[in-house]
Amino acid sequence: MPTRRSFLTQAAAFTAAPLLSPAASSSGITDVNLHLHRWPHHRLPHDTPTALADHLRAKGVTQAWTGSFDALLHTDLTAVNARLAADCAKTAPDLLLPIGTLNPTHPRWQDDLKRCQQTHGMKALRLYPGFHRYTLADPAFRHLLEAAITARIPLQIVSQLEDERTQHPALQTPAVDLKTLPALLKDIPEARIMVLNASATMIHTALQPSPNLWLDIAKLEGCGVVETLLQTWPIEQLAFGSNAPFFYWQAAKLKLQESALTPTQIHTLTHPTLLL
Amino acid sequence: MRIWDLHCHLTGLPGLTPEERATHLLRYADRVGIERLCVYMGLRFLQNPTPEQLIQQNNEVLRALAAFPDRLFGFVYLSAEHIETSLAELERCVAHGPMVGVKLWVAGRCNNPLLDPLIARAAELKALVFQHTWIKTGGNYPGESTPDDLVALAQRFPSVPLICGHTGGNWRLGLRAIQHQPNLYADLAGSDPTAGITEAAVAALGPDRVLYGSDAPGRSFSSQLAKVHGADLPEPIKQKVFHTNLHRLLTPILTAKGIKT
Repeated sequence: MPTRRSFLTQAAAFTAAPLLSPAASSSGITDVNLHLHRWPHHRLPHDTPTALADHLRAKGVTQAWTGSFDALLHTDLTAVNARLAADCAKTAPDLLLPIGTLNPTHPRWQDDLKRCQQTHGMKALRLYPGFHRYTLADPAFRHLLEAAITARIPLQIVSQLEDERTQHPALQTPAVDLKTLPALLKDIPEARIMVLNASATMIHTALQPSPNLWLDIAKLEGCGVVETLLQTWPIEQLAFGSNAPFFYWQAAKLKLQESALTPTQIHTLTHPTLLL
Repeated sequence: MRIWDLHCHLTGLPGLTPEERATHLLRYADRVGIERLCVYMGLRFLQNPTPEQLIQQNNEVLRALAAFPDRLFGFVYLSAEHIETSLAELERCVAHGPMVGVKLWVAGRCNNPLLDPLIARAAELKALVFQHTWIKTGGNYPGESTPDDLVALAQRFPSVPLICGHTGGNWRLGLRAIQHQPNLYADLAGSDPTAGITEAAVAALGPDRVLYGSDAPGRSFSSQLAKVHGADLPEPIKQKVFHTNLHRLLTPILTAKGIKT
């Protein structure tokens, strides 16, 4: 039973440890869940390329997998991806890794895949099934998955961005139904998928560990939620993602502190293997 | 940085007893430097408890307080649906017990004047009143209050500090609603850690009317602490949000009860 004395001892240790200071380790942090450009409904802190790059560097992030909020609603994803690639290259090519967006309901989305990979040199691509109004059971998604395998490029699926209760009434976007994903990944073992922003409930009700499926920690909630998830989910399949600048970046960082994790576990979380 | 957490529960933790649940809650709180926690409602969430269930819920919190008197503050769970029982619970748990605040949830909307005897008695006891509020895109529960409902209550009790739970969830609208009612305070707890909430709250209400809370264990302490740690605000203002403001609001009843912090 903690006493005031033991609390003060622990609090002193907390104060002494640079837990919110830059760099969990000398090799820095890879953050797999970031966005540039404008959130549709309001301005966010750090929503310019320079501001976001400076913010992330100050936190010890050394690789930032960065998509574009413009991809949520803009129809011309070719232009969105080109702007993203240019802004990342111009602002912080050593830090900002551009993650282009595909929409498999668009005509000739295969051209965007080719441009992202061959013209912009993108290492992964991002999907927004909720905003783009398709499901993971749609044949279009399977076709895209197969094309990504052929191109040897992994995919990030954004399962949700904002709490349904606070979404703009004109733009309500339900969380993506992930229930069909395990069977699909079993059927197509060459696929490499990272689901972003899944809640613990979504994970427990829809997903199961698989060597070709990764998650991030941005939308996990609950006391010690990372250590709880690790009871059933391999750490090699989990990644540090912040959902910044929509969320305060520190939320993800503090989760590493609230859970009892070893330095090795923290290193694994902050250095994902999806792109290896 | 001293941190007091305004908003915690015993639901959703490992353990079968209040003591076990509180032990787990404090284990995680210790890891992130939280010194004191306000706890309300019992081992399970009951949106519209019967009188007997209200008593049971408060008994469970009393057991947690007895186990950790130097770490936990208790708020008595009351209901707009059961005024007589609620008044009796105020006497039992606050006037004659260790609790220091009142929790009102979603049994009835707080703009209803039926609640007035509860608020009046809580004020006499110097108990800090916390009212859950939300503005949900998909619609609130029938008995779920909005920040506007709380403004109506606050106007009837202009000298009584009242806490706007969750700042309405949709905090941009919640802050607009409560901004000009000086006896209303913003609770930052229980919503996604959307960047800008704390800066906006301080800008709208001033640094003295904003309070850190988590809504743990439904929320992680981490995501909610980040709202303050990650805010672009000076450290002295963060200290007010984390501790000083809540300490100031609780000081009258803590002093009356002889509770040293």
